[in-house]
Order: sequence, then C-alpha cells, then structure tokens
Amino acid sequence: MSVTISSKRMGSEFVKKVKELSGENLNLCYQCGMCTGVCPAASNMDLSPRQVIELARLGMQKEIAESKTVWICASCLACTVNCPRGFDLSKLMEAIRLLTLRKNVDHVKPEQVLPEKRDDIPQIAMVSGLRKFTG
Amino acid sequence: MSVKAKKSPTKTKVRKEREVPEVKLIPVYVMGKRYEVPEGLTLMKAMEYAGYRFIRGCGCRGGTCGACGTVYRKPGDYKLQVALACQKTVEPDMYITQIPFFPANRAQYEFAELTSAPEEVFKLYPELFRCVACNACTKACPQGIQVMDAISALKQGNIAEASRLSFECIQCGLCTSRCFGELAQYHMFQLARRIYGARIVPRAEHLADMVKAVNEGKYDNILNELKRVKKDELTKLYQEREEEPVTAGEDWRPKDKTYL
Amino acid sequence: MNLAYYPGCTLKTKAKNLEEPAIASMEVLAFKMEEITRWNCCGAVHSLADDDLIHQVAPVRNLIRAREQKKNELVTLCSFCFNTLKRANLLMKANAEKRNTINSFMDDEIDYSGEVNVVHLLEVLRDEIGWEALAQKVKLPLRDLKVAPYYGCMLLRPREVAIDNVEDPGILRKLVEALGATPVDFPESTRCCGSYQIISDPGVISAYAWNILSSALSHGAEALVLSCPLCDYDLGQGQKELVKKRAEFKGMPIFYFTQLLALALGLDPQVCHFELNYGDPESLLREKNLLS
Repeated sequence: MSVTISSKRMGSEFVKKVKELSGENLNLCYQCGMCTGVCPAASNMDLSPRQVIELARLGMQKEIAESKTVWICASCLACTVNCPRGFDLSKLMEAIRLLTLRKNVDHVKPEQVLPEKRDDIPQIAMVSGLRKFTG
Repeated sequence: MSVKAKKSPTKTKVRKEREVPEVKLIPVYVMGKRYEVPEGLTLMKAMEYAGYRFIRGCGCRGGTCGACGTVYRKPGDYKLQVALACQKTVEPDMYITQIPFFPANRAQYEFAELTSAPEEVFKLYPELFRCVACNACTKACPQGIQVMDAISALKQGNIAEASRLSFECIQCGLCTSRCFGELAQYHMFQLARRIYGARIVPRAEHLADMVKAVNEGKYDNILNELKRVKKDELTKLYQEREEEPVTAGEDWRPKDKTYL
Repeated sequence: MNLAYYPGCTLKTKAKNLEEPAIASMEVLAFKMEEITRWNCCGAVHSLADDDLIHQVAPVRNLIRAREQKKNELVTLCSFCFNTLKRANLLMKANAEKRNTINSFMDDEIDYSGEVNVVHLLEVLRDEIGWEALAQKVKLPLRDLKVAPYYGCMLLRPREVAIDNVEDPGILRKLVEALGATPVDFPESTRCCGSYQIISDPGVISAYAWNILSSALSHGAEALVLSCPLCDYDLGQGQKELVKKRAEFKGMPIFYFTQLLALALGLDPQVCHFELNYGDPESLLREKNLLS
C-alpha cells in the first residue's frame, strides 16, 4: 500500500477532531502490533487495529472512512489493557465512529434488527448496539 | 360583530354609556412579535385577542385534548417552560410559541394480534432503546408526568407501571419534540395502556355476570312492564323512585325488593 | 445485612435466571438484596468519547438514586451494568470539570461526586462473605461438574474497574471450587463474545462462540459459567447455529454463577429457572445427580 505522507495531512482537521474526541495522544503508538494480536475480531477486519492508528495519525481520512474496521469493533477493550504504551485504542475507534454518526448518518437502523430476533433479544443488546451505531 | 338595528324615528333613545372596567394590558411575545393583551386571559384567549385565529393548535379548550401544547420563556431565564394555552394564564413578557403538532413515529399494528408481552412494544418501537435518560421529556410535559420514569418502566418490560405513570397523558407531543433519542413517547404509552386495558387488567366479574343475566332475559319482565306503562304513570314512577345514596356501602338494598 | 441492588432492565425480563437465584441465595447467606427505587436503564455501554457527557447522565442518575436512598454501596449482577456504572462513577470522582457540567445539567437532582461504591456480586461473595465461609454453607456440593469460568470483557476491563487480575483472573474459579465443582481453566475465558455485534453483524457471533466454546471443550469442560446476559445470549444463539453446522458439536450448557450458587446452597431448583438457559443444563445436572 503506497501512501503520501505530508505534514499538511497530519495537521488536518480530521486528525485534530480525532484527537479531541478520543482524548488520546496518537503519537504514543510505536506500531508493535499488540492490539491486533489480542483483538478477537481482527480476522474480520480489513484494516487491522494497528493500521487504523497509523492511518489516523497520518491523517488518511479517506482510507479510514472506506474501512469497515471501526464498525466491526465490539469495544471489548482487549487492545486497551494490553497496549504497552497505555494508549486507549477503544477511544480512537469510538472517535472515528462518531465522526460519521454525528453527521446524522447511522450505521444501523433499529427496525433492521430482524423481527424474529426481537422477541428474545435482551434489552442490553439493543441499548448498547444503538448507542454505538446510531447518532 | 353585531348588526346595527334600524332606528325607528319615533323611538330614538340615548343609550347610556356602559361602565367598562379598567383592564390592565400586559405585553406578550407570540412567535417573537409583541402584543398588548388584557391581564387575566389564558394564553389561547390572549392570542385570539391579538388577532390570531386558530384552525390548528386548539381543541377542547378544557385541558384534555392536547392540541394547544405551548412552550414559553420568561425574560432573564434561559429555562424553557411548557403549558397548555387553554389553561395557562398569560404573564407579562412571556415569550411563547405553540407546537400544535409534531411528526412523531406511530407504528402500524393490528391490535387484535398483540399479546400482553412487553416484547410487543419492543418490536413496534425499537427506538425505545435510544433513550439516554436525559429527562428532557419530563421537563417538557405540561401534565407533570414522569415521562422518563414511564419510558424506563417500558424498557424494563413493566407495561402496568408504564400505563399507571402515563395515565394523565393528553398526547400533546411536547415530549417527542424535545427528545434526544427521537422517541415518540406518547405513542408508546398509548400502546402500553391499550395492552394493559385489553390484556392485563382483570375483567370485572360482576359486570360479566350482569351482562349474562341481561342476555338470559332475567330483566325482560320488568322492562316489558315499564314499556306498557303510560307516560304520566312513568313520570310519576321516575319522580318517586328510590335512589341509592352516594355514600351507600356494599350491602345497601332498596326498600322495594321486587325488581332485585 | 442489606445490600442496595441495581438490577438493570434485562434482569427484569430476559434474565430472571440470573436475578432470582441471586436474591434467594443471598437471603440464605443472611444478605437482603434491596432494589433501589426509581432506577432507570444505565445505558449498557460507557461512552468512550471525551466530550460526550449526555451518555453519562443515565448511569449517574442511578448513582444519585443510591445516594438519595442513603446507600454507600451499590451491588450489580449484570456485567454490563457493573462496568457502565463503575466507569461513570470513576469519571465523576476524577474529573472536576465534567462532574460540574453533569451536575449542573441535572438540575432536577442532587449533586453527586462519586460517594457511592459500585460492586459486582462476585466481589461481595469474595470480600464480604469469603470462600471458606461460603463453602461451609454448601448443602449440595456440585461434585464432578466440570465447569469453565467465562468472564467476558466487562468484569475485567479496563483495569480501573477490574474485579480481579486482568490477565489471570481467579474469582470465578474460587467460586466454583467453593461450591464443590471442578473449575476448568481455558485460554479464551476473557475473550469477547461479540457483544452488541449481535444486532449489526449477527453472522460473526457463531464464529466468536466457537472460539470460546471449542477451547473450553478441548480443555475438558462440560459447561460454562458466566455473569453477563449479553454473553449468555450471544453464546446461546451462537451455539444454536454451531449445532446445526458442526455435526460433532452437541452444544454446551451455560450457567449463570448465581444458578450454581443457589443449587449448591440447597435451594429449590425452581428458583434457578433452568428452562431459560441455553444448551440444556438440566440433562447435565441430572447426569451428575444434582437434579432430580
């Protein structure tokens, strides 16, 4: 994958917004890959968690927007507790999701949950799912 | 406006000036425009005094139909207050607007097909789970209903409690207009109350017994007798009837036990 | 002794088999679990955005209720509720600016700054009763039942809320031992079940379930024990798919820790509501002569 790195991109609105929403210092990451190693959903993701941080830091907004990774993340926090630098990747994932959700673009619609599932699905599934995937 | 009567030339009288009491006028701002209206009027009458003619946002004028939900503010206070225009008396410098209608989601359903399970509400209104307990709905309710608590009860699957808490709801829609999660609280409550009334609340056994007795013809004789009686006799019977006192207990019986 | 208790929405409808055996068991252990009044849904997940305060309002409101009702400690059964309430509580304690904003927004409530402690029932069993004392109260030791403790995410992550060692937790193992059963440790005991992905991407849930259940099976487990209704649902639904797809997999009974507790304390199995469980636990219990 060839990318163009520029200081202009790294100082872009996108990076600023992501830093603000997550409250995390993106420069902590030294790309060890521990997060990807412990992530239970990594095998389903197109961009690995490690790649997401790097792309976020470099301001590669388009590549991140096209990726499904943040929508596959289940906020299990395995990455957070295992990062040797104390970087909370779960917050970065949330920040990227919110950039879409806060524009009133929902990832899931409440009525999308299949009718036959709604009879036995526990309330916490609906509440948590709608909180993470709707704005 | 009344039509002036034609004056007969021989019967002209000088009309006495009627004493009109001094009415204090106070300022009120309707949708941002200032008007002076008499003190003591309701918001609705004040708006009509100012020249507004209601074709929406007005209904029973008695605080029951929920058409006239109004939001207002007082100067120096950022807080929004709510009221029903037909009930609330106007105050100086009130800054008001009406919200006669709000496009709230109303699920389509065949009531006869619904059971008493709380999942019926979950399936028809899945946005129920978007509630974040911010309490904006409770603050927006002109009836003083604990709207957030009632939604909480629905989420917990407690239809009976949700029905109890939302009993006073007049479907004005102000809760939905302020809701962070875009819930149509009043439609969900109506569904809960319908389910409660039709499926959960115990049937009145004494009513069922009475209906059965009537259908079996227990009271046919009395009714036929009364039908044969002439009007004067009927009036007399009615006026001389023995009435059950308001304070009567369970064991009150009429003196004349023929018809029991 | 009284315990202020926060149930959460799910326990009132779908997870009766987590709540009822808990309340009954604690009574036997001389603790009365008293539900706080006027509680609302806690919101299930902690909002991870730095500027998002509205999603903290729901859990904080419940903590305020506990405080209003003069409780120092709030006990939860559901792992998700535990995590959300505890994280909100830590936020209110640690961050003065956010605390002030939330308090002034909730102007219809008293101010709150983290006065109430949030604990999970497992912590109460470990810290306020103790495993030895518990073992002595056991009337029906769950002998020969090989059960794998499954923690999921919310009891152990992030580190600030963990009820035990994050990498090598032992609290469920100790409980299982105290009840006379055989704990089966397995490497995937803290691996995520998929959580809320069940509503957006239900297809992956059975794969996640297989990762967890197959590991437990290969280490000799006959059943799983857990605490979270969402884990129970995900693993249960995942199992149903797996049984169809994999001929050699016959399913695995999944217990709530409170059900094993109630059974071992000699309570009437009716209170456990085994009929709501996934994976047919009753057959397994009958096999081990733990159920008539």
